[in-house]
Amino acid sequence: MRAGNPPRIRGFPQFCNPAASIESPALAHHTSYAAHIAGSQTDAALAIRGLVKAYVRGKPVLNGITLDIASNGITAIVGPSGTGKSTLIRCINRLVEPTSGEIIFEGRNLVTLKRSDLRAARRRIGMVFQEYNLVERLSVMENVLSGRLGYVSPFKAWLRRFPQSDINEAYALLESVGLTVYAHARADALSGGQRQRVGIARALMQRPKLLLADEPTSSLDPKTSVEIMTLMRDLSAQRSIPAIVNIHNVELARRFATRIVGLSGGAVVFDGAPGALSDPHLKQIYGGESWLDGRDN
Amino acid sequence: MAATTDSLLNRSAIRPANWPVRFAWLAFALYFAYALSHLELTPARFFAGLDYGYKFIAKLFPPDFHRWELLLKGLKESLEIAILASVLGLVISLPVSLLAARNLMPTWVTWPARLLMVLCRSFHPVIIAILFVKAVGFGALAGILALTVASLGFLGKLFTEAIEEISLKQVEAVRATGAPFMSVIAFGVLPQVFSRFIGFASYELDSNLRNSTMVGIVGAGGIGGTLFAAFQRFDYDFVCAIILTIIAMIIVGEVLTHAAKKVFRA
Repeated sequence: MRAGNPPRIRGFPQFCNPAASIESPALAHHTSYAAHIAGSQTDAALAIRGLVKAYVRGKPVLNGITLDIASNGITAIVGPSGTGKSTLIRCINRLVEPTSGEIIFEGRNLVTLKRSDLRAARRRIGMVFQEYNLVERLSVMENVLSGRLGYVSPFKAWLRRFPQSDINEAYALLESVGLTVYAHARADALSGGQRQRVGIARALMQRPKLLLADEPTSSLDPKTSVEIMTLMRDLSAQRSIPAIVNIHNVELARRFATRIVGLSGGAVVFDGAPGALSDPHLKQIYGGESWLDGRDN
Repeated sequence: MAATTDSLLNRSAIRPANWPVRFAWLAFALYFAYALSHLELTPARFFAGLDYGYKFIAKLFPPDFHRWELLLKGLKESLEIAILASVLGLVISLPVSLLAARNLMPTWVTWPARLLMVLCRSFHPVIIAILFVKAVGFGALAGILALTVASLGFLGKLFTEAIEEISLKQVEAVRATGAPFMSVIAFGVLPQVFSRFIGFASYELDSNLRNSTMVGIVGAGGIGGTLFAAFQRFDYDFVCAIILTIIAMIIVGEVLTHAAKKVFRA
């Protein structure tokens, strides 16, 4: 158990090393938008290098993804179903094991981390899920506090003995997501939008350096979706946490993201500012064009 | 491609004929008929049996509660056997079922745990009780050990199945926070199965109450010994008293486990 220790940083961060970057074939032909807007690669909170994931050997879902995520702002990943958006996000915190490639976070390659090092890295990465993934039979408070499990010993976790500072922070977070009155309600008593708010509070409870969100609004109605995205944007901006958000609603992506990455066929086919995402790009990302006709805007 | 699959479809049926299932039903019906013919279950035999039954029931009543001290001693011992065995079985089966759950553990961990539970379940509690009477001697200890083993077998299996049915999404979310394994169990797994565990444990207590009245027959303590002795001596009125007492105990147990479930909101 290394609960309580900050993650150690070994060696020189690989993504700062220009020689290493040039050696990476994936980077040679890829102009990183993050590098462009951040001015320098050293600002990247996360660097993905030639990430490949094949669930079935020889049929990669992700085909050599290379991305730099700047240390602030929301990066929206858009793309058709089954193109590997979820896989990409899950590879970052290793809920899915990458087949090859590198993911550099806080100077360490997440892909090769083992057990306690992986846990130490995971607790610095918050995650929000499509179906909220709250522990239904636990109270809202317990769900929020579960964001601290990486820092609390298992013994204390069994006895529900969290430090008072964590409990105070959990209440403060519940207040900022507007759910203080539900603190002791069971999670399965909440509505979808409320559950996702708890999900966001749980992720932020980790005091993460990176926020991942896997289709956070897909199970919600349009109005609640906007509320949830607003909450995520505001809270992550307040804490200057960069966020990577899978989203299939292009309008939401345009409205809330500072950068949009278009994924198609397991490769990045668009990477740029929301304003730069045009119909030809969408055609390229999703294929076809009939669905683009008859829109209001 | 589409044309070939379409030509294979029988558009007049709701679902394709399942020949293995049909064959299984037919085989079962044939065996049932065979077993019935084999046992020579004739109406004459049935009515003769009814006659014996009538005479036996007449001897049972009125029940004789004169030896109530003997009765109470046996009852107390049975109750102790049931409760201790249930608690011990519960405590042991919790970790074993976690080890046996295939969605949490690798195969090389699950199969020894599963093997242990199968072994515990493969014999009737009475047979295990005979083994323990031989091993540790007559008395309640043998009964407690026998029922603990039986409880481990059943609770372990039920717990394992409950754990294997949990939502892994909730577990995944807890895992994603960087929680160590035991904390994932505490926050992601147990909350999902706790109320079912309470239900299973109360069911096992109920079943142990009944089994504890039986292990006495082979000398493993409890009211079963008293019952068996009364049968041997043709003290049918005392037998009736014992049976009524056991029924009362089971009913009280039922009420108590129901109350316990309510407390835990199971």
